[in-house]
Amino acid sequence: MNERPRFDWLSAIKIGLLGGGVALFLCLVGLIEASDRRPIIPGVLSMGQTLLLLTLVLFAYLAVRQAKANQENVPRAWLVLSGTLVGLMTNAFLAALVLIGGWIDLRAVFVNASPALYDILTLGLGTGLGLIVLLLIGAVVGAAIGATLSLAESYQRAILLGLGLIPIIAILNSALFAGRGVSILGAILILLVTAVSSLLWSRYQDRVKERIEALPPRQHRSLAFGVRWILPAAVVLSFPILGAYPSEVMNEVGRFLLMGLGLNIVVGFAGLLDLGYVAFFAIGAYTMGVLTSPEMTWLPFHLTFWEALPFAMIMSVLSGFILGIPVLGMRGDYLAIVTLGFGEIIQRLAISDWLKPYIGGSNGITLIPKAAIGPIRFDSPQTIYYLFLAGCVLAAFISQRVKFSRLGRAWMALREDEDVAEAMGIDLVRTKLMAFATGAAFAGLSGAIFASKLASIYPHSFHLLISINVLCLIIVGGIGNIPGVIVGALFLVGLPEILREFAEYRLLMYGAALVMMMLLRPEGLLPEARRRLELHEEMGAGD
Amino acid sequence: MLQRLKRRLSWTTVSMWAIGGAILLVVIVGTVLTLSSGKYKASEWLDLTINGLALGGIYALIALGYTLVYGILRMINFAHGDIFMAGPFAAYFVAVAFDNADYFGGDAMLEIVALVVIMVFAMLVSTVLAILLERIAYRPLRRAPRLIPLITAIGASFFLEYAFRGLFGSGVKSYPEVSILTGYWVILGIRILRIRVVVIVAAILMLVGLYVFVQRTKVGKAMQAVSEDKDTAALMGIDVDRIIVITFLVGGALAGAAGVLYVLMFRQVTFIMGFMPGLKAFTAAVLGGIGNVVGAALGGFFLGIAESLFPNLVLDGLGIPAPYQLRDALAFVLLILILIFRPTGIVGERLAVKKA
Repeated sequence: MNERPRFDWLSAIKIGLLGGGVALFLCLVGLIEASDRRPIIPGVLSMGQTLLLLTLVLFAYLAVRQAKANQENVPRAWLVLSGTLVGLMTNAFLAALVLIGGWIDLRAVFVNASPALYDILTLGLGTGLGLIVLLLIGAVVGAAIGATLSLAESYQRAILLGLGLIPIIAILNSALFAGRGVSILGAILILLVTAVSSLLWSRYQDRVKERIEALPPRQHRSLAFGVRWILPAAVVLSFPILGAYPSEVMNEVGRFLLMGLGLNIVVGFAGLLDLGYVAFFAIGAYTMGVLTSPEMTWLPFHLTFWEALPFAMIMSVLSGFILGIPVLGMRGDYLAIVTLGFGEIIQRLAISDWLKPYIGGSNGITLIPKAAIGPIRFDSPQTIYYLFLAGCVLAAFISQRVKFSRLGRAWMALREDEDVAEAMGIDLVRTKLMAFATGAAFAGLSGAIFASKLASIYPHSFHLLISINVLCLIIVGGIGNIPGVIVGALFLVGLPEILREFAEYRLLMYGAALVMMMLLRPEGLLPEARRRLELHEEMGAGD
Repeated sequence: MLQRLKRRLSWTTVSMWAIGGAILLVVIVGTVLTLSSGKYKASEWLDLTINGLALGGIYALIALGYTLVYGILRMINFAHGDIFMAGPFAAYFVAVAFDNADYFGGDAMLEIVALVVIMVFAMLVSTVLAILLERIAYRPLRRAPRLIPLITAIGASFFLEYAFRGLFGSGVKSYPEVSILTGYWVILGIRILRIRVVVIVAAILMLVGLYVFVQRTKVGKAMQAVSEDKDTAALMGIDVDRIIVITFLVGGALAGAAGVLYVLMFRQVTFIMGFMPGLKAFTAAVLGGIGNVVGAALGGFFLGIAESLFPNLVLDGLGIPAPYQLRDALAFVLLILILIFRPTGIVGERLAVKKA
């Protein structure tokens, strides 16, 4: 019965077609050209080229893994062959684009099919030589991936990690510190250092772990405490030393993280899909603005930031109740659409001429004062950072404590099955309203700090897209899990904030991330153990 | 215990009705005030109503896509609004080609040919996209918990919008002017914009066509069977996967057609234009009772007229400046009201509260 192993042409070609399609899409949608200005290794490699390389690597990797999975003991040459094939096919699509684009002007339909793009693809070598080089790169990179994956696991990891770190360090350097990527020498150094340390780690990790285990319990405990609490706290607290721009990036992360923690309670804990979450953020910001700005002459008094803060949160909580009551009986999809409608209503009201005398209409509210404690004024990105930090720590602490309380367990019961939860004696009305109110409070807090940070608010800052953004970050990070929400905020808010040239493509990537996440890993990057079980059980057994 | 539960329930019901009643009262007071002020003439009301009918026809066509998919998969295809955008957006390039070839010069025959080609092309694009969407994004998730397909659909919606923006540019593109559709017709002594007549007639024809398709044909009956009970339908020899694909096909084609009508009315396309009509059409589907074909059509027309009339009728009387700004907000208030008072919609089974 020993069938002679055969090379699986079909799956390699399928993956190659897919890779070509994705690469073509990246080019035509304008991502490559937009990111070409940022150098990774100046003079050698730009961000745009790195993206194309990453596509190559990804699809070659998928093809080689597929080839490995299909049969045992695949000859090494086959791995290299399937990598080469996929690499070649992927770049052949791009070559075809350049050829067709040189023949007819595609710009009448595809706005990004410009000579500049063709120049990037052919590396500025002209059509003839450039296309040959392009195909060659595809084949070589594909072959290299095939060869790498036929090595032992520890070597694979060392090489991929080293290569992966180069663009990451380069981007951080150019984005945060106005540098210009990394030099060739630097890149080689990064590759060597990471590869060697990764190899050393995989060889000696057992021994290191043993040594730590063997420490006397007191020392062991203090080491664990240091690693788990003091180190992160020191990093987080000293972050503003890096300067205004990195702090500004972190403030955006903090703003969304605070909302994410709130929405995590509503969606993650209680399972109520709220698409109008931005409304509470807006209400917090507007309450802060109206109560503190001297522009609001219809109010006989003006408060300071700290006096207005509780009101901002109270207003958000109240609106949480008001939204909560009519939707108590609704489930799932209906709830999602009604909350979305609620968010839209709030934004339309904010922008309307009707309420203009009271909340500024489309002109917004300006002259919102900064917060201050005694002589310390929170007026620079570095100081406002601490406001957001305090808010996030508070929200994370409350979430973590509530999660395993009676209320938290009631939320989770609700999420899993409303009818059973009710039968178990859980008061649905109270539990649901509490979820909406707690979530709204965090959003209101975030909105209030946001208003004071910008000193002015405009209705268009409260677009529905904010709700989607927040939803996205908790889903990608790992819904229901607080570390997951933090990771999600760092990735989905911090990263686009650093890579400014991608601003236009932010939602494109969010959309793709949501779909991919739901298809491949619905529990998120850092899932809550329990949620993961739930999802996989249901996915397996059906409902 | 039971006593307490009863008290709680009545408390929430009472507050719900109170909110609903307050809104209703405002609506009635506003209407009476506007009508008694006599600010608008009868002809203006008529004009608004006909505008609402045209808009409503478009909503109805989109709403059918939501209702058909919901009826069968019990999921809100959030990306349906973008399917609606994709057809006319792609057909824009065909329209420009026709314009360059001088088809829109005033010759009625040539214009009709061009319009038919544009319509067919748009329907084709929307249909293909809808089927791809089902195949790639929704089919693998058919057995997943319910929120997962919804989140996927939201992701797909944003992906489609911004992919179109990236591929074809973010600017507003103007459709060429079609001379046979500009100007007025006088019908029964009323001057009506030609385009509105065409939109209303086309929408009604398609709605009737769909009704006949669902009620009379074998495939339509199979669709009904699948929406009733998938497993039993499969046992009866119905290929459920095929029926689901056909549902997306029909929904996509209707959305594409609605998109062309919309574009002929407003004469411009942008990547974001599907979002609001999509939401409104969903509202219309809920208004009519989601899952119900006739309901979706009625809901669409009702929402169209309400949206066209209400800002002037209700808000003007209350002395609210620039009432048209609150048009979209009104549509959502209407949605919330319907879900409070009549979650079943105008015609339809009680789904909003039923076990999700």
